[in-house]
Amino acid sequence: MNIFKISIANLKDKKLNSFLSAMLLTLGIGMISMLLLLDKQLDAQFKRNIKGIDMVVGAKGSPLQLILSGIYQIDAPTGNVPLSEVTRLSKNPMVKSVIPMSMGDSYNGFRIVGTTHQYVAHFEAVLETGEVFSAGQTVTLGAKVARETGLKVGDTFESSHGLDGAGEAHGSHPYKVAGIYAANGSVVDQLILTSLESIWQVHDHEATAPGLQAMKELEDETAPHEGHDHDDHQDEKEVTMALVKFRNPMGLMMIPRQINENTTMQAALPSIEINRLFSLMGMGIDTLKALALLIIVIAGLSVFISLFNALKERKYEMALMLSMGATRGRLFIMLLLEGLLLAITGFAAGLLMSRLGLWFFAKSAARDYHYDLAQYRVLTEEWYLLIGALAVGFLAALVPSLGIYRINISRTLAEE
Amino acid sequence: MIQTKALKFAYSGTKHFTFPDLYCADEETLLILGESGRGKTTFLHLMALLLQPKSGNIVLDGEHIEALSQASRGALRAEKIGVVYQKAHFVRALNVIDNLLLANYLGNRAQNRSRALYLAESLGFSDHLSKKTSQLSQGEQQRVSIARALMNEPRVILADEPTSSLDDANCRKVMRLLTSQAKDIGASLLVVTHDQRLKDEFPNQIFL
Repeated sequence: MNIFKISIANLKDKKLNSFLSAMLLTLGIGMISMLLLLDKQLDAQFKRNIKGIDMVVGAKGSPLQLILSGIYQIDAPTGNVPLSEVTRLSKNPMVKSVIPMSMGDSYNGFRIVGTTHQYVAHFEAVLETGEVFSAGQTVTLGAKVARETGLKVGDTFESSHGLDGAGEAHGSHPYKVAGIYAANGSVVDQLILTSLESIWQVHDHEATAPGLQAMKELEDETAPHEGHDHDDHQDEKEVTMALVKFRNPMGLMMIPRQINENTTMQAALPSIEINRLFSLMGMGIDTLKALALLIIVIAGLSVFISLFNALKERKYEMALMLSMGATRGRLFIMLLLEGLLLAITGFAAGLLMSRLGLWFFAKSAARDYHYDLAQYRVLTEEWYLLIGALAVGFLAALVPSLGIYRINISRTLAEE
Repeated sequence: MIQTKALKFAYSGTKHFTFPDLYCADEETLLILGESGRGKTTFLHLMALLLQPKSGNIVLDGEHIEALSQASRGALRAEKIGVVYQKAHFVRALNVIDNLLLANYLGNRAQNRSRALYLAESLGFSDHLSKKTSQLSQGEQQRVSIARALMNEPRVILADEPTSSLDDANCRKVMRLLTSQAKDIGASLLVVTHDQRLKDEFPNQIFL
């Protein structure tokens, strides 16, 4: 028997009131904590993949779309651009590196990206087994792809057209798995990497399919025939986009404008687009945070009301305890403890709820975008949240608890 | 023992009470009789040190209480006085045994579980120890409140209309238990009542 035990007994005795108060706190805390977690996770994921990429060039369209599809592999690409333009860009002295990418096919929902070994080096992917893809229709799988599809080194598979895994299969040109990368948390984990040549090969030969053959002939008739020799063959090659790194900040100042004005390509700057995206999402997050704070205030009100009522109902009980030798300070702490216990319960349950929510969200995000968002340790901000919750519990319990000091023992005991 | 001398009390200036002197030795029982409105409960609260008299003095177990501070009165009450109220009230969230142990805890004593069990046994509610007090009948509740008053082995037991809400059988039982328990620990027993049923059983009487 002690103050703590009496507090808990009192909370249990008023199950519904306690439940309501704790529940509201749980909701508020859970919402804020989940927003914090998501914010942090998204931020980390987005920032990690953006690292070292100064600019993305691709077909004209939405710059945000270009970034989302090119760097994060979550949106559809804007279209194709001639390889020659990309090659010309790479010769610019202000450009340090250009990593071309060719996209559009997939296997089981995982994107197949034709690129160069520079891409691998950029994302610091390290082989787990086998070797890196080569021009000969071989691929290297991201860790997650290997895990989910069960493909192993030496296996072959057929890619299908489109990014959703529902396109028609490129039947005649199976890919062979040459190696698998170790997981490193970058976008490579969820990709099937191959050489640009392999992608072109699959698609070139497709041009010999009956329907496409006719289309090709139609195009050839309208296209000018001059200069159609082997050297120019590269002109016909297309890539989807290229990731560009500059030598110095001057490049960032000048080249995007040049590209947008003088070429058929558009240049998108990841830092700007992602900030735009985050500020768009930020509004939603701020609204949710405000809502969560409101819920927490209501939770505090609920604690206040239930303790206030409890004190009225238990006034005789309090007088009795005072007559039995309890000090007012002790009973004051007892009531305060009830508010704090509710706050702690709400906080713990809220944290649990946010983790559960994140787990579900991460599962669906992993399914739809192949992104891994699961991260469950307690954030620094959440300790502030605990202090906030305790403050709410304390303040809500304070006023009713002070009522202890106004009880007239004799009168209360005589009244009933 | 408890002794009062020339006790006077006033509520808000208009309602004045003057109480007769009384003396109750250890192991004795004293009945304080009076119709309602005569200040029975006020008298009891004065003796229980819940109210402070306007004048006069009280000697409790040899101690003159008018010399004591508010805090030491509270401590003295917790230590030497057991009160049985007219209607049995408990901390409703706690079960029967915890309500008994509460008297030890709030009186700053070691929690004496074996005494609680002994009292429950002798007052006949040992089957109900883990029940909430609200699940008990009125007679049972009154017996639990007597047990609670006895938990700290007080020198004086004050009972405020302990039998008024009880039927004849329970009334007799409760009074028998009160007197025998008071004798057991050598305490003075003061019963404030207007219950005519008790008049014939206790020769030691004071009228208000």
